[in-house]
Amino acid sequence: MASFFSYLINGISLGSIYAIIALGYTMVYGIAKMLNFAHGDIIMVGGFTVFIACSQMGLPPMVGVLLSVVVCTLLGVTIERIAYKPLRGASPLSVLITAIGVSYFLQNAALIIFGADTKSFRSVINIPPVSFMNGQVNISGETMVTIAACIVIMITLTLFINKTKAGQAMLAVSEDKGAATLMGINVNKTIAVTFAIGSALAAIAGVLLCSAYPVLSSTTGAMPGIKAFVAAVFGGIGSIPGAMIGGILLGVIENFAKAYISSQLSDAIVFGVLILVLLIKPTGIMGKVIQEKV
Amino acid sequence: MKKMSKKNKTNLITYGMVLVFYLIMQGLMMSGHMSSLMKGLMVPLCYYMILAVSLNIVVGASGELSLGHAGFMCIGAFTGAIFAVTGGKNLPPMLEIVIAIILGALVAAVFGFLIGIPVLRLKGDYLAIVTLAFGEIIKNVVSAVFVGLDSAGFHFSLKDSMSLNLLEGGEVIINGPQGITGLPRNATFTIGIILVFIALFISLNLLNSRHGRAIMAIRDNRIAAESIGLSVSKYKMMAFVISAALAGAAGVLYSHNLSTIQATSKNFGYNQSIMILVFVVLGGIGNIRGSLIAAVVLTILPEKLRFLSDYRMLIYAIVLIAIMLLNSAPKAVQWRSQMLDRLHAKKKVKEISKNE
Repeated sequence: MASFFSYLINGISLGSIYAIIALGYTMVYGIAKMLNFAHGDIIMVGGFTVFIACSQMGLPPMVGVLLSVVVCTLLGVTIERIAYKPLRGASPLSVLITAIGVSYFLQNAALIIFGADTKSFRSVINIPPVSFMNGQVNISGETMVTIAACIVIMITLTLFINKTKAGQAMLAVSEDKGAATLMGINVNKTIAVTFAIGSALAAIAGVLLCSAYPVLSSTTGAMPGIKAFVAAVFGGIGSIPGAMIGGILLGVIENFAKAYISSQLSDAIVFGVLILVLLIKPTGIMGKVIQEKV
Repeated sequence: MKKMSKKNKTNLITYGMVLVFYLIMQGLMMSGHMSSLMKGLMVPLCYYMILAVSLNIVVGASGELSLGHAGFMCIGAFTGAIFAVTGGKNLPPMLEIVIAIILGALVAAVFGFLIGIPVLRLKGDYLAIVTLAFGEIIKNVVSAVFVGLDSAGFHFSLKDSMSLNLLEGGEVIINGPQGITGLPRNATFTIGIILVFIALFISLNLLNSRHGRAIMAIRDNRIAAESIGLSVSKYKMMAFVISAALAGAAGVLYSHNLSTIQATSKNFGYNQSIMILVFVVLGGIGNIRGSLIAAVVLTILPEKLRFLSDYRMLIYAIVLIAIMLLNSAPKAVQWRSQMLDRLHAKKKVKEISKNE
């Protein structure tokens, strides 16, 4: 029973990281209708920024995290400006391939700058672990911070989208770009803001990911990026609560599959569950069903 | 003589290009003007061409984004490799690889059919992510499974090679993550090019046939196609299965070019599927000849950039982004057509002034 709980809590923690990454995916997809394959690599950039700031330059953790958020936000906006904005109106596939190009670029740039060896990342979170059930269940500081961060981000984001003008503009652009332009919304600016928020979230996810699994290399972000993409589809791509639910479910399933079935097949099981869900609900758990009109 | 249709003419040019490419490469190889690195690239060029052409059937003709093409390649590769170390062990090399290719294509086609049943019910990005999921599942399962063969038949296990409980004289065929070892390396450039021709023949004939037109009609307007009585699921499945079978054949070529194969994320993961998709998109979606050219250029380019050492893949990424921007950004397209118009206008002015 005790091991069940610790698997569950670790699953929720991993799932929270997936959820934070998936939020970025889903927001960008909802507004720009593109799959941003480079999103996973922004996580890696976030991780490296904190690594350099805290482990090498000795800055305090909070400064490192803030710096990483700033760097990733600027990076995300720059990428959008240079690589994606000129392609607005082009076929979705060419945008997808460009995103893949950006992903290759970030990975290989990191490889040249930081080298091929994996770095050991020192956790930026120093909160002592808490024990339950006479010490049978241990919850680490990283786990608590991750889950808390996920809840805070979720609430802030929901409030931002529903209560602020910029958030409302995002909703309008994702609904209908043309009509939003007619209402006086600056579509380009709104998309840039979305990329900025998504990249900032990726930076936070990168710090949390590297704190929980303390290794860092140029491909650190690739697999979590793909998993988060799966999580976003799982919950219904474009839906913010969907990304949250999808991410946490995915993390829990992955951890249970690793613990009770087979650690080698855990990825196959995660993808298998995704296929099952999509067969039953073809637009994900919280996805909107759009009626086809002739 | 009957006049040749325009379609037949372009098809013949495509075949001719492959033939010329083969002759030039073969000539370079014979006369010793080719580095050993380039020689090692000749068979990969062939299977990348086949993969690009086959993916173009799904992405171009059928209009569905598939991100799991490497999965079918993986199935073909392992089917071919299993045959090579079991039934085909004592056969002459030519016969062995022909049977292996047929087997690989058939098994990949069966998997294509089974996977197609759930996948083709979905649409758009959801379909893309499910094909990616299937590709990852195939790679993951193949790298986790242990298969052995003894006089009692095949044994399977997910744990390790000991728990296969093989009888005396039994052999481990797939050794989990270590994959299959001791492969014969029967693939040659000539066999590869013949396979490219077969793949081209199948796909070009399919696209120019009644079935191919049906597939494209469904892509352009599903509802209209359905209302004139085309079976959507049948034609989508047809494109998907043929594409899977060709990818399987390419996989056999892949496994017969190496002495050991393992299912890693580098050779059969989603990165590989995306690589193939890059060939298709850069070559022009739906354009078979473009796929061939893109596959050749993008396979040779990283090798030719080797002198840049560490910066090689970085430059490759920049080139990829730049080509996409120049090729499909609406502003670039507009600029290009303006330039063309100006050129035409100049020509016309010249002609007019000449006539006067």
